[in-house]
Amino acid sequence: MDVIETDVVIVGAGGAGLRAAIAVAEADPSLNVALTSKVYPMRSHTVAAEGGAAAVIKDNDSLENHFNDTVTGGDWLCDQDAVELFINEAPKELTRMEHWGCPWSREPSGHVAVRPFGGMKVERTWYAADKTGFHMLHTLFQTSLKYPSIKRFDEYYATDLLVEDGRCQGIAAIELRSGQMRVFAAKAVIIATGGAGRIFPFTTNGGVNTGDGAVMAYRAGVPLKDMEFVQYHPTGLPGTGILITEGARGEGGVLINNEGYRYLQDYGLGPPDPWPRKKAMELGPRDRLSQAFWHEERAGKTVATPHGQAVHLDLRHLGEKKINERLPMVRELALSYMGVDPVFKPIPVRPVVHYMMGGIHTDIDAATPLAGLFAAGECACVSINGANRLGSNSLTEILVFGGRAGRGAVEHVRSGGKDVDRTAIEEQAGEAQKRVAALFQKADGTETVVGLRKEMNHIMETGAGIYRSKESLEEACKTIGELRRRYADVRLEDKSNVFNTDLVQVLELGSMLDAAHVLAHSALNREESRGSHQRLDKTERDDETYLKHTLAHYTGEGDPRLEYLDVKITKSPPGERVYGGAAS
Amino acid sequence: MTEQTLQVEILRYRPETDQDPAFQTYTVPYRDDWVVLDALNHIKDNIDRTLSYRWSCHMAVCGSCGMMINGEPKLSCHAFLRDYYPNKVRVEPLANFPIERDLVAVTDDFMEKLESVKPYVIPQQERAVDEGPHLQTPAQLNAFKQYTMCINCLLCYAACPQYGLTPDFVGPAALALAHRYNLDTRDAGREQRQEIAASNEGVWDCTFVGECSQACPKSVDPAAAIQQTKIASTIDWYKALLNPWGKR
Amino acid sequence: MSRKPYLRKMPKSWWLARRSYTSYMARELSCVFIGAYSLLIVVGLHRLSQGRDEYGAFLDALQSPLSLVFHAAALVFALIHTVSWFSLAPKAMPLQIGEKKLSGGPVVLAHYAVWIVVSAGVLLVARI
Repeated sequence: MDVIETDVVIVGAGGAGLRAAIAVAEADPSLNVALTSKVYPMRSHTVAAEGGAAAVIKDNDSLENHFNDTVTGGDWLCDQDAVELFINEAPKELTRMEHWGCPWSREPSGHVAVRPFGGMKVERTWYAADKTGFHMLHTLFQTSLKYPSIKRFDEYYATDLLVEDGRCQGIAAIELRSGQMRVFAAKAVIIATGGAGRIFPFTTNGGVNTGDGAVMAYRAGVPLKDMEFVQYHPTGLPGTGILITEGARGEGGVLINNEGYRYLQDYGLGPPDPWPRKKAMELGPRDRLSQAFWHEERAGKTVATPHGQAVHLDLRHLGEKKINERLPMVRELALSYMGVDPVFKPIPVRPVVHYMMGGIHTDIDAATPLAGLFAAGECACVSINGANRLGSNSLTEILVFGGRAGRGAVEHVRSGGKDVDRTAIEEQAGEAQKRVAALFQKADGTETVVGLRKEMNHIMETGAGIYRSKESLEEACKTIGELRRRYADVRLEDKSNVFNTDLVQVLELGSMLDAAHVLAHSALNREESRGSHQRLDKTERDDETYLKHTLAHYTGEGDPRLEYLDVKITKSPPGERVYGGAAS
Repeated sequence: MTEQTLQVEILRYRPETDQDPAFQTYTVPYRDDWVVLDALNHIKDNIDRTLSYRWSCHMAVCGSCGMMINGEPKLSCHAFLRDYYPNKVRVEPLANFPIERDLVAVTDDFMEKLESVKPYVIPQQERAVDEGPHLQTPAQLNAFKQYTMCINCLLCYAACPQYGLTPDFVGPAALALAHRYNLDTRDAGREQRQEIAASNEGVWDCTFVGECSQACPKSVDPAAAIQQTKIASTIDWYKALLNPWGKR
Repeated sequence: MSRKPYLRKMPKSWWLARRSYTSYMARELSCVFIGAYSLLIVVGLHRLSQGRDEYGAFLDALQSPLSLVFHAAALVFALIHTVSWFSLAPKAMPLQIGEKKLSGGPVVLAHYAVWIVVSAGVLLVARI
């Protein structure tokens, strides 16, 4: 088997992976970086983020505000030392992006402009029109081309972490164009593979978001933290799940039900001012808005569309000029995919799965409990997002913690000092290869990728969706457990080597089932309602028992073993989340 | 009522078994809000697991799913079946690139060319983070904004006969990105980029067919970027001629 | 190694595959006629310098059917040349006033305006 020797290998080349690669190259140009990804960097899902990235730069704002909005938004499940560090580094990271050429939108004076986002006391979201993630990803990708020590391995699907002697010493990955397995031998590994929204049927996530990296770490013995917390974005297009940015509401868009009524005022988010009041109504936090939809739907106050129930996002009062200037992509998406021009008609929207707060357990240096393994971005859980991520913190997070992961890896390579055990890891990669080869040799599996995926999607939506209960979660745990067993009989129909996307989908399904398994069990065991985790049978937050992070450990074929870890509270004791008029 | 259907003809090529690419026809249900990518996903999920193609975002921003659709370079997630129905749709991999397999093109050449034009800010002087962001007025931003919109989908390369005939040509997207940085007030790297951009394989290989700008799904207008680079390079040349002692 | 990337050759008739390619080729071909016509004028000037009789013979030759056909074709291609290049001019000359990028219309119109003025000037000189 080919072995690629390098110092640091990064899995995933989206925003966090690219930022990490640049951080390594800047901290020590003599270290080689292998930047691997199952897609080309610019295809990574960072590209689809629209609204913006939060960091305090304006005089009317303060780090204190950003801290409070984040911790309150996260329903006090955030580690406050991590949040403190995050808000402090945020302005520096976004400034760096500016120096690298990110085309931030500007004020007439030439200063970077900011816009309000849901759950924010003061507007602090830097934006590049409504294509912020796209511009950040391309800026990072293009900037990464500057560093000769970064070598890209595009379209490599990583299957296994190679761990020997308690240290992570590389990865095994399939080069998709040839179908050959390769070993990346490295002293440090950084996982930056993004979320796993595809385990749900309606999601803003792209086809690539299947949780591979997080599950790869999980299977190697690293716990997954807080996986029960899944953020629904309140405004996705029905059917496709295409995201209509929160920026649309930041600019003054309103949500109305089938009676033309701004229903959010009935859910403690009023008063319904005609202008966008911060932390109120449409600018309330994402979990509350998505939950309000659920109640409206039960009350029969939603609008029927060919793709299920929806409410209306009304932008008409903004006028054509403002819509074109500030929200060009929203208009384009609504026109193309819904046949609705928001200048003249409201856009049908519904909550869709958007973001996983949980992920690989890391500390504030992006280090995991496994020596030599780091993780950053959506696949990781530091946690600064707690039980519900504050809108526009995730783009900033990939920079802050991507950078820290890169610098941490450099530090580890320099101080770790130990060499890679080539024999041992090649042997492990050989095992990984045998597992893949077994898929090819298996005569005829009885299960199909599509069949299993559909069942998984369905049970996740009904069993572990916006609202959950003991019964629904037990059902989900049971079904996912069965699906995992049936997965052993999955059929690989394409037996060729070159660019075998059937194989990729089979492997991705394996990742998704494990992620879904952890999610359902973590949710079942958390008998309270907090942030995005809402239980109909346990409607109150229970700080006594559950002001804790869930840590799920892999046990092979059995259910995950759950542990709990105290949340770090430094200065903001758990309080009530207050939105609407009472918040200002 | 019988279900409405649509025929999709796909150029298949499996290097391990096929000598040459050949068309294969599939019948898919017709839905007026489906795009060609939905039809491909339907085929992959329900008819033929061996079909290979790239896709991810399904919202015309990741740039993965560029293909030739009825001979035109398009993003398959943005080509609606309703625009073809009831006629059949013919899908081929992006023109002017080698086929790896089925609808997957080999695009290494573009990646190398993009890198060659140094598509990143080359500052006059490194600026410390403490100095804060640059000032850049909306007018200064708008001067280059359209050229930042490139999603690297490579439809422009597939549309460009000049790239097909002269594979050394740096090509529309890469040259547009070079121009984007040249126009950015934060950048001082134009001279370095000119080495490639103003070479024979750079803008001068462009014969201004203009099809790149027609094909571009993001209105980047690479043809404009290239012509502007030509003019600027010509001015450079005359300046050097008239003032041979001046700084090059 | 199981990879075997397949390179499709561009057919010789590629420029017939799409209307836009064909009109591009027409624009390219127009240069030949523009060039030939320029050469013809140079020859004419040369004949003029040789004397009245030589120039007369040159003018007579221009009346031949072959020459008339050439002139007709040259006129058509000159028009193609002019119209297609003028329509492309805005790409090379972007106009931005303050924040706003202007549409290409004024640039194209300016080209036609200059063309008309220059043509009128030439005709005026020819009359004198």
